[in-house]
Amino acid sequence: MLTLVLANNYALLFVGWEGVGLCSYLLIGFYFQKKSAGDAGKKAFIVNRIGDAGFILGMFFLFQVTGSLRFTEVNEALRSARFAPEAGVFGILSLTALLLFIGATGKSAQIPLHVWLPDAMEGPTPVSALIHAATMVTAGVYMCARSNALFALTPETSHIVAAVGAATAIFAASIGLVQNDIKRVLAYSTVSQLGYMFLAVGVGAYWVGVFHLYTHAFFKALLFLGAGSVIHAMSGEQDMRRMGGLKDKIPITFATMFIASLAIAGIPGLAGFFSKDEILWQSWSSPLGGKLLWAVGFCTAAMTAFYMWRLMFMTFYGEGRMDEHTRHHVHESPKSMTVPLMVLAAGSVCAGWIGMPKVFGENGFMQALEHWLAPVFETGKEAAHAAAGHGAAQHDTTMEWVLMGVSVGAALAGIFLARHIYLRMKESERPTGGAMHPVLYNKWYVDELYDFLFVNGFSLGGGTLMARFDQKVVDGGVNGTAWLTRLVSSISIWYDTWIVDGLVNLTAFSVRALSYPVRFLQTGFIQSYALVFLAGVFAIFGYYWWVR
Amino acid sequence: MNDHLLSVILFTPLAGLLVLMFIPGRQKTLVRLWANISAAAGLLVSIPMIVQFNRNAEGYQFMERVDWIPSLGVQYLVGVDGISVLMVMLTTIMGFLAIFSSWDSVKEREKEYYAMFLLQQTGMIGVFISLDFLLFYIFWEMVLVPMYFIIGVWGGPRKLYAAIKFFLYTLAGGVLMLLGILALYFQHNAQFGRYTFEIAELMKLNLPLGLQQWVFWSFFLGFAIKVPMFPFHTWLPDAHTEAPTAGSVILAAVLLKMGTYGFIRFSLPLLPGASADRTIVTVLAVLSIIGILYGALVSLMQQDWKKLVAYSSVSHLGFCTLGIFALNQAGITGSVIQQINHGISTGMLFLVVGVIYERRHTREIKEYGGLAHVMPNYAIVFAIAMLSSAGLPLLNGFVGEFTILQGAFDANKTWAAFAVLGVIFGAAYLLWLYQRTMLGEVTNEKNKGLPDLNWREWAVFVPLILWAVSIGVYPKPYFDILEKPVAQIVRRVHQTPSAVAAVPVKAEAVTR
Repeated sequence: MLTLVLANNYALLFVGWEGVGLCSYLLIGFYFQKKSAGDAGKKAFIVNRIGDAGFILGMFFLFQVTGSLRFTEVNEALRSARFAPEAGVFGILSLTALLLFIGATGKSAQIPLHVWLPDAMEGPTPVSALIHAATMVTAGVYMCARSNALFALTPETSHIVAAVGAATAIFAASIGLVQNDIKRVLAYSTVSQLGYMFLAVGVGAYWVGVFHLYTHAFFKALLFLGAGSVIHAMSGEQDMRRMGGLKDKIPITFATMFIASLAIAGIPGLAGFFSKDEILWQSWSSPLGGKLLWAVGFCTAAMTAFYMWRLMFMTFYGEGRMDEHTRHHVHESPKSMTVPLMVLAAGSVCAGWIGMPKVFGENGFMQALEHWLAPVFETGKEAAHAAAGHGAAQHDTTMEWVLMGVSVGAALAGIFLARHIYLRMKESERPTGGAMHPVLYNKWYVDELYDFLFVNGFSLGGGTLMARFDQKVVDGGVNGTAWLTRLVSSISIWYDTWIVDGLVNLTAFSVRALSYPVRFLQTGFIQSYALVFLAGVFAIFGYYWWVR
Repeated sequence: MNDHLLSVILFTPLAGLLVLMFIPGRQKTLVRLWANISAAAGLLVSIPMIVQFNRNAEGYQFMERVDWIPSLGVQYLVGVDGISVLMVMLTTIMGFLAIFSSWDSVKEREKEYYAMFLLQQTGMIGVFISLDFLLFYIFWEMVLVPMYFIIGVWGGPRKLYAAIKFFLYTLAGGVLMLLGILALYFQHNAQFGRYTFEIAELMKLNLPLGLQQWVFWSFFLGFAIKVPMFPFHTWLPDAHTEAPTAGSVILAAVLLKMGTYGFIRFSLPLLPGASADRTIVTVLAVLSIIGILYGALVSLMQQDWKKLVAYSSVSHLGFCTLGIFALNQAGITGSVIQQINHGISTGMLFLVVGVIYERRHTREIKEYGGLAHVMPNYAIVFAIAMLSSAGLPLLNGFVGEFTILQGAFDANKTWAAFAVLGVIFGAAYLLWLYQRTMLGEVTNEKNKGLPDLNWREWAVFVPLILWAVSIGVYPKPYFDILEKPVAQIVRRVHQTPSAVAAVPVKAEAVTR
């Protein structure tokens, strides 16, 4: 992870990138005796690999275009006059940016490569807290923010990034609304929050993306560790339908998670509020943003508040729904687990204070983060404004206040709606969501679709087909050649036996047949020869005697 | 010794073989010991070569020249450049490890078994150091014989089929290659009035493009069958699957590299016109890419552990040939490095299969599962082998694949885009194999009591793992040693549109 963030060039970043990918694979598969854990690890690795393929190609293009992979040199090259912003043209820069973004979608679980992250919850909870919430999955955001010069030069790609981010945010939030596994809710929440970060990057507000990355790390790690503490207290139970009423039994976990849930919902003063609000404001006001992006972000904010407080109410409030045995065992976690929670809770409160909205007043501290990051994003900022065709965005103070108020209102509405449904209503009275419920619960059937298309269809189906092709056609050709050779040779043998050798044998036979009469002379008996000899002698003598 | 360094390297295994013949076959331990000593000696004598090799000099080093059959112009002419140095080291190291790993696994006809391996060592080294084309051809064919017996005698259930297929298929390719060699031989006489098989002399030929193309395809058949490139690959899964473990290791690690080496050493420099020909390059690159994807998809579906690894070879070698026909510095350098890498990682994967095969005598993936519980060390070794094969950064496979992709990208972006898919599938079939065999619960009772790696198995794996990591972390020495020879080849291939222009003058010489 440190290699990843300390690298000064894309190649080394990629080494760290793959390194954390490997660790992720190994840690997800930590409980490797469970098949689901093995499956999840494999899925994470392969989906990441798809992103990596894009990343590698993106790097090649980048090297070709700029002649370097060092961040400073790449930025320098991109800043030079050779590259004008590619407005309205989908050129080589856009392709490069898009390929890098594909890499980022793999690592940061964005549509369409988001499928691995929820499954990754098979890993131990601290792993989920660290690498699947706070650090590793945000590497994609980091990389895109690092490449800000490139993205800023290619507005279409930025639009794609923003659109994918916004779509992922609302899509994952919608799934999060109905999940019952406490860790899965958080997983989809992470995917959704990562979508926010990409939304920020896509609208050219790079520092805000990094800001949200930073605040999110605190409260999401806290939520995961808190969830781990809850699961620990519940003797391994992860289903929220069997929880409830834990508020008094595990007070520290409850209190810290309470803070984090307020923070993620965007209640003013806490970390999440500042970063999320800034994202919403930027997506409204930035030259690359738009009202639609804001609206999606806004809805997501309301949904976030709802699902988080649904989690809180189902877990900590109301009646306990666990069995007797578990109820007896409910206990607060040891210090080793609660102290980190408290530290993170402090972070969830304070982390946002270094990036306050400008309407709260401007000074070196309140916008510390923006100033701190300004040099990094300078290139991107210039280019973005050049691309948009006008100067710095108008700072509409009134509008910012209004939007802020509206989003806080949405957050509160979400919280109270959750309270109403999950605390006040009886279980039977709750709205079920009708036809949408199974769709959301099954994650829009994306996994099934991918299984059908890519896993079973393309890979396994294609593999089977090709294996058969290999066996029957390619190897068939080889064996066919062998068969043909054997056929030809058996014909040759026949020919050889009956025709060629036949001729030889015929010769022999005719000689033998012709010589048959002569054989009677050559009997081998010396007496016969003597007899013939005698007969001959008599014949010759007789001839001379009688004829002459 | 330095004047005859290469001869010493070449004939040490053969000398070991001669002594081995006088050891009675009943003395099994002595036979094993002597074979190991011979192989170790073969490795030791090759070390001075890499130490003394001057990587900044162009051309061949440690040359030796003896007239062998002067009437035919055949010489005993050997020498090495950066590419062959690496190949010889690969041969001596993998050869030693393969022989060492057979200590427990071969229990019948040990004497003949080790004799075959030693003979094969000499043959393979000869292929990599010959600078006379006929000498090369002799070694090339000489390698067939021991491998034929290794598969046919010590192999699995379908060993005879596999052995005969291997022998005939590669022999057919070799003979066709001989035709090409002879064509060059007679051309040389026609142009210079002298018969010779010396590579450096044959490189001076001015060949019309048409003839170059004919000769190229004849070489292609010889080399492509050996590599093996799609669609000439089907002998490979059978041979690999049926061969004993050490045989598979040598087959994958070294024997296949003879084909890719042939392309680099002979096809490219001798026939630069044909090698740079658009049609030929496109055909070869497309066949390579088909090999990469096809091999990966087919191995995804294999039920047989060893066959899966065999098909992964097809995929990896596709990368190697793609790199060669990118015809640029990065591509060819990456290809040679990837050949070494494939030797290490696929060699390891075959050894991994061998370890479990020795314990359970089956290669069916279904039979396994959850082995990580019973054999944790084995699971770690397998994981490293798998990751090195899948090309994870900081392990060897990544360096080769990345450099090849870079070269392919420079040559043609579409090639790179398709080849990158191979990286994804590579991870897929390996991870799935790993999950099916190592992870999950132990489902098969027979796997419960399996012993973990013993010290001898460790001793085989550790050097390979160290080697894999060292290439992955610090590949610079390999790039350095390859820089000059590869640059020379690339220069030659790209210099020669002139060869076509020079044709009319020389065409007369041909007809004369």
